[in-house]
Amino acid sequence: MYHYQPFDTQFVRNRVAIFSDQIARRIDGSLTEEEFRPLRLMNGLYLQLHAYMLRVAIPYGTLNGRQMRQLARIAETYDKGYGHFTTRQNIQFNWPKLTDVGAILSDLADVEMHAIQTSGNCVRNVTADHFAGAALDEIADPRPIAELLRQWSTDHPEFQFLPRKFKIAVTGSPNDRAVTKAHDIGLRMVQNALGTPGFEVSVGGGLGRTPMIGQVVRDFLPTQDLLPYVEAVLSVYNRLGRRDNKYKARIKITLHETGAAELTRMIEARFIQIRPQFSGQDQQVLAAITKAFAPPLYKTADLSTYQATYQADGLFRSWVDTNVSAHKQTGYAIASISLKAHGQTPGDATAAQMRVIAAMAEQFGHDELRISHEQNVILPHVHQSDLYALHQNLSAAGLATANLGLISDIIACPGMDYCALATARSIPVAQNIALRFDALKLEHDIGPLKLKISGCINACGHHHVGHIGILGLDRAGVENYQITLGGDATETAAIGDRAGPGFSYDEIVPAIERLIMAYLALRIERSESFLKCYQRLGAAPFKEALYPKDRENHAA
Amino acid sequence: MSHFTPKVVTGNDLLLGDVIYLTETDSWSRDLLLAQLITDPDQAARKLAYAETQTHKIVGPYLADMQAAPQGPMPMHFREGFRTRGPSNYRHGKQEGLL
Repeated sequence: MYHYQPFDTQFVRNRVAIFSDQIARRIDGSLTEEEFRPLRLMNGLYLQLHAYMLRVAIPYGTLNGRQMRQLARIAETYDKGYGHFTTRQNIQFNWPKLTDVGAILSDLADVEMHAIQTSGNCVRNVTADHFAGAALDEIADPRPIAELLRQWSTDHPEFQFLPRKFKIAVTGSPNDRAVTKAHDIGLRMVQNALGTPGFEVSVGGGLGRTPMIGQVVRDFLPTQDLLPYVEAVLSVYNRLGRRDNKYKARIKITLHETGAAELTRMIEARFIQIRPQFSGQDQQVLAAITKAFAPPLYKTADLSTYQATYQADGLFRSWVDTNVSAHKQTGYAIASISLKAHGQTPGDATAAQMRVIAAMAEQFGHDELRISHEQNVILPHVHQSDLYALHQNLSAAGLATANLGLISDIIACPGMDYCALATARSIPVAQNIALRFDALKLEHDIGPLKLKISGCINACGHHHVGHIGILGLDRAGVENYQITLGGDATETAAIGDRAGPGFSYDEIVPAIERLIMAYLALRIERSESFLKCYQRLGAAPFKEALYPKDRENHAA
Repeated sequence: MSHFTPKVVTGNDLLLGDVIYLTETDSWSRDLLLAQLITDPDQAARKLAYAETQTHKIVGPYLADMQAAPQGPMPMHFREGFRTRGPSNYRHGKQEGLL
């Protein structure tokens, strides 16, 4: 993985010093809150419902054991002993004191981490496929491009005051695991007729109050043109994007109001204008970065013990079947660690669990970890002969829940338990759904299902692209939950359809249960997933299950 | 006189981020029950204006609707209810240590 160059180290250290000084000046009264707020947001520091929250970037979701250990230490030293992994491959600490933030950032800098540009109207943490560098279906590792974009966008003088925040995601696989179509810029690696890798560029995707699927503005962008092209997109957006209304300031609205054809024309014109300024230095930097992402030194080992334990141990077999994915290297596997134990807070890990994860990465995973936008942790490179020992260790730490991609593997934003913007809680809804389906012992029978919960219209929980989405709202001073159906976060991205009136807090879990029972009765065979079944039948039978005639009066 | 919903002045502590309330003596308390329940719109405006001068102690002061209860002010809205306790997934925040 990439390690900081002297420039990166100096830059991050300088920023820690600058922000620490700004904190001191806020505390001594030299800065007003109005002056301080944009400065703290630029450094990932929010003020939430009960406390400050520090959002730490995990660029393209990649970290190593040492970094994970440091996150554990920070959680114990300055917080309440845990951290929350988010849908943007960040980690959030929910309880830091303002007076400790400088020390936390300094501790992060010690392990090549930071909180820069995790908030504010700038280019945010660049996200990537969490299976990058390991996936069987991958054309090439997308992380060198993500790192190049991180370096280019960090403190970029032209793009520090964009009309609104700007999110970029990149995937190197045709199967999109990075939700690229729901990003301001989505980069999906493709090959041209000669087999040369390049990028399909989508612009204007986003969730929030006006959900939109990104539109392709370039079918094939050669890699060497990527940086000037992204700069052209940002440059056009920076001029055109609306600053009069924050709800209309994202590039998806710019695209909608300008028209895809005209916006594409403007991007291309700007690209032609600035392309000559890129003399090739970016490609030299990219080449150096790419070397840092060389594959690990794969080993070979006998698989007979693995095969025997797989046959003999049902719990292990279930975990392998559910949480382990195909690796590009023969004999290797990608192991996903679920942070969705039934009844636990989605995405939370205790300091003790983080240390176990760090140790597992070092012992069995070539010292590499990934955080997924689905709020789980991935060991991308595990030899199959090590899977059993890995599973044993994870089990002992409460980290071996075999539910990846199932109904209890729920994305949930922090919601009103923490977030100042939220209109309803998300976490307890996720906990209750997971507990209910665990009690029913149905989730493996239900099969692949993406359930995603947001506690407000900003949609951090990606509810629009969940097969089942839940949106928590405040209806006349009461929590109310709307259901959307048929969303899709993959390369066939789609926004879900609203099913009908919302449900109260007490009614939402039974409503989801009726929906799932209807699906089980409606599917033509076990292999027909909820999404496929919904696409085949349309909304009607599912709405009937959600709103049976005798319940009409209960739905508000 | 038109109906006025009683209010308290609340915000977050500058150093800790914790929810705090303005008391009758113009000090700040972590405990809603010690907050001054304001029943007059002019007084509410004056108290908020005072809170806005307290930027060395408080962030984001605002008036929150409350109702009078025997033990003290009681939140009207569930958001304010959560602010008096803390999150529902862990016993953290104000509820920490309480049983």
